[in-house]
Amino acid sequence: MTATTPQKTATPSGPDGPGGNGSRLPALTRRLRVDRRYLPVLGTFVVLALILAIGGVRYENFLSTGVLANLFINNSFLIVLAVGMTFVILTGGIDLSVGAVLALSAVSTAFLLDAGLPVAVVLPGAVLIGSIIGLLIGLMVHVFEVQPFIATLAGMFFARGLCFVIAPESIPITDEAFVALAGWDTWIGGQWRMTTSVIIALVVIAVAFYLLHYTQFGRTVYAIGGGEQSAQLMGLPVARTKVLVYVISGTCAGLGGLLFAMYSRSGYSLTGVAMELDAIAAVVIGGTLLTGGTGFVLGSVLGVLVLGLIQTIITFEGTLSSWWTKIFIGVLLLVFVVLQRVLSLRKT
Amino acid sequence: MAARDASTPTTARPVVEMSGITVDYAGVRVLDGADLTVHAGEVHALMGENGAGKSTLIGALTGTVPIVAGTVLVGGEPLTPTSVADSRAEGIATVFQESHLSPQLSVAENIMIGHEVRGRFGISWSRSRERASAALATLGIEDVDPRTPLEALSPATKQLVAVARAIVLEPRVLVLDEPTSSLDEAEAARLLGVVRRLCDQGVAVLFVSHFLEQVLEVSDRMTVLRGGRVVAEYDTAQVERAELISKMIGEDIDALQALHSERLEHHYAQSGPVTLRAASIGRRGTLEPTDVDLSRGEVVGFAGLRGSGRTELARLMSGVERADRGELWLDGAPVQLRGPASALRHRIAVSTENLRHEGIVAALTVRENIVLALQALRGWTRPLSRAEQAAVVDTYLHALHLSPEDLDRPAGELSGGTQQKVVLARLLATRPHVLILDEPTRGIDIGAKLDIQRRVAKLAGEGVAVVFISSQLEEVVRLSDRIVVLKDREKIGELSNGPGVTVDTVVEMIAAELDGLVTGDDA
Repeated sequence: MTATTPQKTATPSGPDGPGGNGSRLPALTRRLRVDRRYLPVLGTFVVLALILAIGGVRYENFLSTGVLANLFINNSFLIVLAVGMTFVILTGGIDLSVGAVLALSAVSTAFLLDAGLPVAVVLPGAVLIGSIIGLLIGLMVHVFEVQPFIATLAGMFFARGLCFVIAPESIPITDEAFVALAGWDTWIGGQWRMTTSVIIALVVIAVAFYLLHYTQFGRTVYAIGGGEQSAQLMGLPVARTKVLVYVISGTCAGLGGLLFAMYSRSGYSLTGVAMELDAIAAVVIGGTLLTGGTGFVLGSVLGVLVLGLIQTIITFEGTLSSWWTKIFIGVLLLVFVVLQRVLSLRKT
Repeated sequence: MAARDASTPTTARPVVEMSGITVDYAGVRVLDGADLTVHAGEVHALMGENGAGKSTLIGALTGTVPIVAGTVLVGGEPLTPTSVADSRAEGIATVFQESHLSPQLSVAENIMIGHEVRGRFGISWSRSRERASAALATLGIEDVDPRTPLEALSPATKQLVAVARAIVLEPRVLVLDEPTSSLDEAEAARLLGVVRRLCDQGVAVLFVSHFLEQVLEVSDRMTVLRGGRVVAEYDTAQVERAELISKMIGEDIDALQALHSERLEHHYAQSGPVTLRAASIGRRGTLEPTDVDLSRGEVVGFAGLRGSGRTELARLMSGVERADRGELWLDGAPVQLRGPASALRHRIAVSTENLRHEGIVAALTVRENIVLALQALRGWTRPLSRAEQAAVVDTYLHALHLSPEDLDRPAGELSGGTQQKVVLARLLATRPHVLILDEPTRGIDIGAKLDIQRRVAKLAGEGVAVVFISSQLEEVVRLSDRIVVLKDREKIGELSNGPGVTVDTVVEMIAAELDGLVTGDDA
């Protein structure tokens, strides 16, 4: 996706089966493979459209109300988490700490506002907490070569524990400026409502897209996922990049905590339990390979929307327990992983 | 271009002057006071066996290996690079093997990553692609779309992309470390042509390759290393082949010739009972239905270009991959191979092309690696006793000239040749009736090669049916009783080896479409 539309290679595609005219075969497969890079994302898109269609047929108002707008509003924090997670997974790593870091950021926000600090100090501070934990994890992963799974697991326990130290009980947020910021919205035509958190999420997506595709840092992320040693031999700044992806993921988690505090108008130490798994699920459903190197940040956004839509459908159904959401997500995850497997098998 | 004129520009100051380079690795001195000078406009070859210190010397120049003592001057300026990026900044570009590119990134990204063209808003991909295209055009592969993902290209084209990556910054010094090891002959010839052209443009080229003929063809001068020391320096035009090889291995080379004539004398005409028969075996998209018979005591060579189906045939015959048509017969009865383990139980042993990933277990010691397959065959409930292990290891230690002090080192630390011997020892420990060897001699030094070839010949003498696959046709012709020739995923014929059969005979069979396959994408 280097500033690109899908490839238009001007090569004739001959009717070559296996063992057919050998000289034309490579051109044909080359064309198909270019398409394959986008196939998982397209798949997610198709699923999204399907769910929308099913919802539209089954329930009145599913498409006409602000359901779609609410999808963004209710999931903005998850979008931000998934975007951060995409960076880490693209390098072949994983970040289990983001749910706890989100909670820590939300709790800190509520606590500091409660203590009377101004919004202008609290907001950057909450985000910074995420960045610092991300930095520590990144250094653990890089300098001490701790497995990302373990390093971020440690980060998760650390952040979660810290939440309880700060505030065992839920702290409501009453700060006027914060409430005003969280409550601000504008109608941008029809049913579409824009809130502060949606704007933040959109900015995060745009920045992530830019970083991944138009900077050396972003390309290095992909190169590391493709093979760390190769990236090293190419003279790319592997060390710096590996640390940075965890800083980005941590920062996104800190930001996600802010968004969650805006969403819930409180800070509670048990928020976001297992949310890191939702983020990972969204990234995988969005077509990013856990082995690294392949995937797109927009895919992860689509993945979050798919998860959100499933939840919406269950809510519309009314009679179903909300735990059915988990079952559907599980099934979908399985389908996508199998699909990716099939695609990569066909390739070889 | 075989005969290079001897007018190397020795009067000008050399571009690279390395002197007294000493490197320690894990307490062992791997490079001891090595000197190297490379001039602009010459191809300088670095020769030596595995472990002689060639890669280390290159690493010292490119900043991947820290040096203990010695100086590096580039263009007369002292240089102490600590990373690849450092040495690149000084105009030293390294062409690594194609496997060290990023398969998921596009061709343009692989060439330009790390030095992309910046626009006002970050990387300008259109301009980066232009520069990548220009570099590709220099190499004569302008028909490759820079937006293609790298993994869609043939190994040869990938290797050229690696070269493009190195030359796009117009380096003063170009280092090529085994650039041809994954290429077929025609592809390699094309790459060497490119190297020659760059050198004529005034680039100083440092060239490392195991392929003696290529080195002799392309280089102007050479430095020979052995055991971490420089043992000789030659003008290529004046070097004598036998002398060069004996300098490299430290002993003389008559043994190779002896082996060849010995093989020809004891030539085995297929007559014995068929051990393994592949009847119309094939797999959709991998190999057209193919018939092959293996008899006791014969060496059957599979010859063909890379991608011709020689590896695929071996994998189907050994159960590494499942055939979806045809069947295998073992000693006259149909047999189902459900994987390498099942093959092993039927006494079919296979060593695959991809040694690093499918061959040795890097973290286990040599001793453990050797007994691995035998233990698997016996089942894990009946562990081999220490004495049994020692006996097995001891047998192959001598048979394959492994050195005893390597036995308890992790196999991953050893040279490619030793690793290959370890794999062979492991297979032989299971006493196979059929032995399938895919590229057992790739990238290993001549001494180890000789050991392995000798061993293969001996095994055949003991009644084992051996399949021998190699990109180097000389080897196939030297060792095989019969040669199965493959092209385009299909068997195109069989040759009974004999005095009249040479490399040319095989090449002629394949030759018809040789040109069309050079880049693999001329549509």
